[in-house]
Amino acid sequence: MMPGKNRAANRQTSRINHGRRRFVQGIAAAGVVATLSRPTFSESLGGETLGAEQAVLTGDRFDLVIDSLAVNFTGRRVMATAVNGSVPGPILRWREGDTVTLAVTNRLPVPTSIHWHGIRCPAEMDGVPGLSFAGIAPNETFVYRIPVQQNGTYWYHSHSRFQEQTGIVGALIIEPRDKEPIEFDREYVVLLTDWTDENPDTVYANLKKQSDYYDYSKRTARTFFSDVKTRGLHATISDRLAWGRTNMSPTDLADVTSATYTYLLNDKPPGANWTALFEPGQRVRLRFINGSSMTFFDVRIPGLPMTVVQADGNAVQPVTVDEFRMGTAETYDVIVQPPADSAYTIFAQPLSRRGYARGTLAPRMGMSAEIPPLDPLPMRTMADMGMGAMAMKEMKKSDMAGMQGMPGMDMAQMNMKGTQNGSMPSMQMDTPARSANSGTPSMEMPRAVRISDAEQIGIKPFPQPGPHTTRLVDDRPSSPIAVHRPPAMRVGPASAMVAMDPTARLNDPGDGLNQNGRRVLTYADLRARYPGVDGRAPSREIELHLSGNMERYVWGFDGYRYSQAEPVHLKLGERVRIVLINDTMMEHPIHLHGVWGELENGHGEFLPYKHTIVVKPAERVSYLVSADTRGRWAYHCHLLYHMKSGMFRTVIVS
Amino acid sequence: MSARLFSNFRRTFCLMALSTLFWTLATHAQTPPQPTPDASQPVPLNWPPPVHDNEVFEYLNFNQLEGRITGPQPTFRWDGEGWIGTNKNKLWLKSEGDVSNGTMSDGDHEALYDRPIPHLRYFDWQAGVRADLDSGPKRTWGAIGIQGLAPYFFEFAPTFYFRDGGHVAGRLEGSYNLYVTQRLVLQPQIEMNFYNKPDPARGIGTGLSDLDSGIRLGYQISRKFAPYIGFTYSSSFGETAAFARRAGQPAYSSSLVFGVWIWR
Repeated sequence: MMPGKNRAANRQTSRINHGRRRFVQGIAAAGVVATLSRPTFSESLGGETLGAEQAVLTGDRFDLVIDSLAVNFTGRRVMATAVNGSVPGPILRWREGDTVTLAVTNRLPVPTSIHWHGIRCPAEMDGVPGLSFAGIAPNETFVYRIPVQQNGTYWYHSHSRFQEQTGIVGALIIEPRDKEPIEFDREYVVLLTDWTDENPDTVYANLKKQSDYYDYSKRTARTFFSDVKTRGLHATISDRLAWGRTNMSPTDLADVTSATYTYLLNDKPPGANWTALFEPGQRVRLRFINGSSMTFFDVRIPGLPMTVVQADGNAVQPVTVDEFRMGTAETYDVIVQPPADSAYTIFAQPLSRRGYARGTLAPRMGMSAEIPPLDPLPMRTMADMGMGAMAMKEMKKSDMAGMQGMPGMDMAQMNMKGTQNGSMPSMQMDTPARSANSGTPSMEMPRAVRISDAEQIGIKPFPQPGPHTTRLVDDRPSSPIAVHRPPAMRVGPASAMVAMDPTARLNDPGDGLNQNGRRVLTYADLRARYPGVDGRAPSREIELHLSGNMERYVWGFDGYRYSQAEPVHLKLGERVRIVLINDTMMEHPIHLHGVWGELENGHGEFLPYKHTIVVKPAERVSYLVSADTRGRWAYHCHLLYHMKSGMFRTVIVS
Repeated sequence: MSARLFSNFRRTFCLMALSTLFWTLATHAQTPPQPTPDASQPVPLNWPPPVHDNEVFEYLNFNQLEGRITGPQPTFRWDGEGWIGTNKNKLWLKSEGDVSNGTMSDGDHEALYDRPIPHLRYFDWQAGVRADLDSGPKRTWGAIGIQGLAPYFFEFAPTFYFRDGGHVAGRLEGSYNLYVTQRLVLQPQIEMNFYNKPDPARGIGTGLSDLDSGIRLGYQISRKFAPYIGFTYSSSFGETAAFARRAGQPAYSSSLVFGVWIWR
């Protein structure tokens, strides 16, 4: 019935050892024990340690059953929604080139759905109720058929109401058709989630009625006096007044915090210490997935530098960092090479800096390393309120990203500026293959296809950039870009703030990560490993404002909720630039279904392909989209309760 | 006659049977493989929207639910408000009153339609009715006002009331939540009432008639449940004070209060 089901992967290839995904369950976890592993996967390791293989399903046919399940992550037994009896769901492994069939059966009393996050598929297979299909009714089975034309680390989740929060999330790994260009000896999925025992409907209602309900890091009389001590009376008062004038709070870092959340790493609360094994000197690939509903995680492994090799499923030039921030729904693959026969802590702290998810990399089961203290709570600054001048001061001179996305500036010009800028890696227009860093095999040079040829080929989805893809070169005379802007934003019930001078801050790792003594990944560091496949200049530019009113807990685009707005229309085959301007004080991970977004971060032909793009407070970010797949696509903020309250649009490609 | 009716019926029946047959054939012919949906076509009507972003919520909040200790006879006082509605359209209900020694006073109950004010971030306008229902004579007013969050986090609600006979009244309410710690909250609060004409039957004079102020210190055991202690000062002024003295009541009083903030 389930071919290839539940195969605990332990396949040895020449260099790759997928598998031995083990976790320990509840060692010294003081009543914090997840009850999720099924006996089929558990394996006694003796003593007090219980190890088990993570459920992995492989093949091209999958039977998934969605049902409710009693879980216990916090010491309280509550009901969750599960895929094949586990929360998070099993890891799915697809192979590029296969056509996978997934029969999803709903045993819940309510409709459900599964969306394949970041997967390019026919629109009717995208799994968004109301756009792709009607949803999966109770006791019904929906059969997804997806021709897999990409590889990398992705994930899947329900797109129905709050089922993502209650457990319908899982990792989705696609093995490349060709030889894996990334060398590693072992690999593990590290899926980060945020769990609440509360009913998500209650969480949402609480936010609607008191938006700071979960903020227990507020400014208080006590922090006033400590600020006076450190900053002086005048500075403290004027700062409080500046925030008070607009009724905003600099501690508004996350709408939902550890006041209700327990952060899980591969379904394990911190006390249960999920453990991944390695042998000293081995190259370990960690596939990080932020599968949370509302949480930005800052991830690091103290004592172990991480080399980022993939972002959102797409290969990037290896870049070695100590820490990286993951917006909700983003994925990052890193390679670590633990040199010593000792344990290392995988530490993921939320932006709101209370609670954490934690696991361990160790040579043997039962080991653990020191858990670092949480970083101090970041405070929002005037830069986050869109006071551009102050933001500019904070930007380093080398921030060429600030030049991106300006209307009327064509790509060639931008590349010129990029090249002139000494801080960026040099870019050569006609030799995309860039000598790679250590450990990277050299690449064949992709053959360029000219636009006139391409027009004869006709419209079909572009492939994911890879070693054998070609770049479509635009040989038409450049024409002016039509710019579509919403009417000037005004403050009002739906938008509490309008950023006065939004700027790109792509080389800013984000609030709380500056000057922390660690090398932190930024969006400016992401340089695609392979050149983008669509070299055409955009013919249109669509500007959208991310808007919201925290106090009222209303979120939207351009000051309108989903139900008040018309869809965004893209012409099949056109190349557009989307400019996002964040008129709020929070980060929003914006996810466009169905097509890639090529983040304009100054890397010329090597713009990173992303499915989810984080826009920082008061930031202006632009990316290019090839509208190559027909359909109605969801376009939304991936913070679940923001999406729910209206930060959602339909994008129609036709 | 009856034969004609019968033949008419038969003809209708035949037509219906035929059209049913055609319809069945036609729909069956459509079932095979899922056609690629044309995105330019509207979404089928039986599909749910991808997000429900305008759901109805209900809210009930007691700013005051307390015993006031002034002299021998404690007073029970409540001041609550609640709403039901969506982002843009709400029905507000407000109620306040005192019960002391079996008599109820200061009973004020309002039902108001509420909507956000365009171009203002944190204020709604409200319009509806107010009924003074307590142990005194009943009064009914029309009401119009605004309510929201003024800069620097002040809760602020001025309302105008009007009724037959040219009576106009005004009420100003304000409060502020000062977080001493993450759970300990100090809340100063004030309410003032104004009238343009006296209403001796309810003991009300012209001008600023009365003021109720207090400072309360509560501990949020949870966000929705916070016991508090506090101190209140109430006073009547001018003619209103004179009416009170004539009725043998003090023109002003201060009291120690014990209560609980609750909401859901």
